[in-house]
Amino acid sequence: MSDQAVAGHVPHEVHHEELGFWRKYVFSTDHKVIGIQYAVTGLLFLLFGFSLMMLMRWQLAYPGAALPLIGQILGEARMPGGTMLPEFYNELGAMHGTIMVFLGVVPLAVGGFGNFVLPLQIGAPDMSFPRINMVSYWCLFLGGITMLGSFLVPGGAAQSGWTSYAPLSVIAGTGQTWWLIGMIFLITSSLLGALNFITTTIQLRAKGLTFMRFPFFVWAQFVTAFLLLLAFPPLEAAGVMQLMDRVAGTSFFMPSGLVVSGQALTNAGGGNPLLWQHLFWFLAHPEVYVLILPGMGIVAEIIANNTRKPLWGYRSMVYSLIFLGFMSFIVWAHHMFMTGMGTAMAAFFQTTTMIISIPSVVILTALIISLWGGSIRFNTPMLFAVAFLPMFGIGGLTGLPLGLNIADIPLHDTYYVIAHFHYVVAPGTIFALMAGIYYWYPKATGRKMNETLGKIHFVGSLICMNVIFMPMFIIGLAGVSRRLFDAGAAYAFAQPTMHWNAVSSWGAWIMALFQLPFIFNFFWSIRKGEAVGENPWQATTIEWSAPSPPPHGNFLGAPEAYRGPYEYSVPGAPKDFVAQYEA
Amino acid sequence: MDIPYTVVARRDTGLTNGKIGIWLFLASEVMLFGALFASYILIRTGAPTWPRGDTILDVPLATLNTIVLISSSVTMVMAWASLMRHRFGTFRIYMGATILLGLVFLVVKYFEYSHHFRLGELPSHNNFLAIYFTLTGLHGLHVIGGMAVNAYFWGPGAKLWKTNPVWFTNRVEHSGLFWHFVDLVWIFLFPTLYLL
Repeated sequence: MSDQAVAGHVPHEVHHEELGFWRKYVFSTDHKVIGIQYAVTGLLFLLFGFSLMMLMRWQLAYPGAALPLIGQILGEARMPGGTMLPEFYNELGAMHGTIMVFLGVVPLAVGGFGNFVLPLQIGAPDMSFPRINMVSYWCLFLGGITMLGSFLVPGGAAQSGWTSYAPLSVIAGTGQTWWLIGMIFLITSSLLGALNFITTTIQLRAKGLTFMRFPFFVWAQFVTAFLLLLAFPPLEAAGVMQLMDRVAGTSFFMPSGLVVSGQALTNAGGGNPLLWQHLFWFLAHPEVYVLILPGMGIVAEIIANNTRKPLWGYRSMVYSLIFLGFMSFIVWAHHMFMTGMGTAMAAFFQTTTMIISIPSVVILTALIISLWGGSIRFNTPMLFAVAFLPMFGIGGLTGLPLGLNIADIPLHDTYYVIAHFHYVVAPGTIFALMAGIYYWYPKATGRKMNETLGKIHFVGSLICMNVIFMPMFIIGLAGVSRRLFDAGAAYAFAQPTMHWNAVSSWGAWIMALFQLPFIFNFFWSIRKGEAVGENPWQATTIEWSAPSPPPHGNFLGAPEAYRGPYEYSVPGAPKDFVAQYEA
Repeated sequence: MDIPYTVVARRDTGLTNGKIGIWLFLASEVMLFGALFASYILIRTGAPTWPRGDTILDVPLATLNTIVLISSSVTMVMAWASLMRHRFGTFRIYMGATILLGLVFLVVKYFEYSHHFRLGELPSHNNFLAIYFTLTGLHGLHVIGGMAVNAYFWGPGAKLWKTNPVWFTNRVEHSGLFWHFVDLVWIFLFPTLYLL
């Protein structure tokens, strides 16, 4: 060990050499740098995915109208004369879903917050496998590049929806092959990340940090990692089989006697298109919980901190989380009620679906009761966290009819479904992620983000989110399919609802404007934000004992946990919080 | 900065990081191959006719390959056991044998594949051949991956033995766990594809 210890550093942390630019910021093995890389990548892809949607919203609001300027930039192959081609609309739809889920929310929620916050919250010096962690980020990066590159191949990007249902996806153009290769990169990335998170959580906990002393966020990431680890491989298998179908001409998902555009296909046949749906949803239902659980974890941290109260029902929340993780593997076929699976199977899957709503309700209820009697501080993170509760609530409750076989049949694949899951993910999870960014920004940079800009961002986003998605319930209940290029012009009885499309579109475009204060704030505060100490929110959990920003190796001394995570307002204590890390 | 518990086990869990990591990785591999086996069952039960494996595939060659892979699992354990007894020389011999047996497996597989290709029995021919080539191909990639890791520990990676023998032994054990898994997948593949 080196004797040249800088004052204040314990000896075993100082014998690392200064790294060059590339090793320090690009190919870094430091979980904090990787976390920020993930988060920035995720935010950029969220913006890109949102841009795809804003283009689609033009076509839906004003079907067939020429889009000025942007229409010309996108060229004759996509928007001749500024009018969108149906093929291009399908590309946008498929890629919006894929990018938002796999390259936007998951990298930000799991890769970004998981990498940055989880090791700090459990008092670890880094992740257990730092190099695998780096590989995980670069796999995501390659996957993202592949997805972006697919827009430029002949015929454009994948057009078969983010679900890539066979046989449509098997006979689709080259973009679909790129989509599959991109997905294999993204799956590898998730796998490497997941095994790292689980090992880190089990092995690198600080002394005294037992499982029931974990902050709720750590639990959320821990369960999420198991979902990623076990649910993604079946999609990888399905991806390999679809790639075989497309490249080697096999017929895993191709039924016999398929006729396309009046011509019988020459493949061997005998495959099963439903097999793809089963394998896809076996991943994609747990994926729903991968999208929501980290958000719940973030909201729980922020609510406890800003109500200055312990979380109400911490243990029941943790047990609900674990139960939810298990159950999420046996509900997938509620996405497939339309396939005619028979009443026995449908009864099974609608029962499990109703059961899985219970732990979600338990967690949400516990969070709402946590607000009761608190002297709430309404700072920007808290505003986003509190808004998460009703928004996720709307998303969750409107999901119940979709989980019931009979009610699902008229609602399936309508705009109602779009509204339902966007309420869960957009004003739900993304609000939680925004809350997390405002909350942990001081830890990453040593400075707070501007509160006024944050509140403008919040109010604008909250209003616009509802303006975007509430009309879709109305259009969806009128029965309009979610995948139509003409927004539903063929539905004579749904015409009275069509004007809502323009409302929704304007909501989306105005919401883009309300993201500008956030983008400005994000960069401006790095240098100009209010400088803060290590614990600006007077929080209790271990990450706040590290300097802001934490050095390589995170903590000045080995942290230790002496009590549960949320000891706020303890009677008789000198301050209104007793930190987990103070003896 | 050093990550704790890479070499010595954490006391309350009794495990090193690598041990947990490799088991988690194997858990995900079980899901990967599990999904493929499930797909095999679904496609086969839905097919009006399905050829018996031994009418198309070469059972004696596959039996030979099964023996080769099981032997390689034995030599893998011996390689690890040699390190536990601090006999680096014998480790090199056994690890070398493991890699060579893996190579023998791949050569036999090459002859099987090229035989089918010559007869025009391509993956697109029917779904039996499709699942056969997908499953054995993916398994073959795992064999190559395992051989690459083993070759690293046989060659350049072995430097670690001089500086940190316990860590090196652990790493060989983890690579062995993966190798046994690859072997185990074949033990399921062989009867499923060749005999049933």
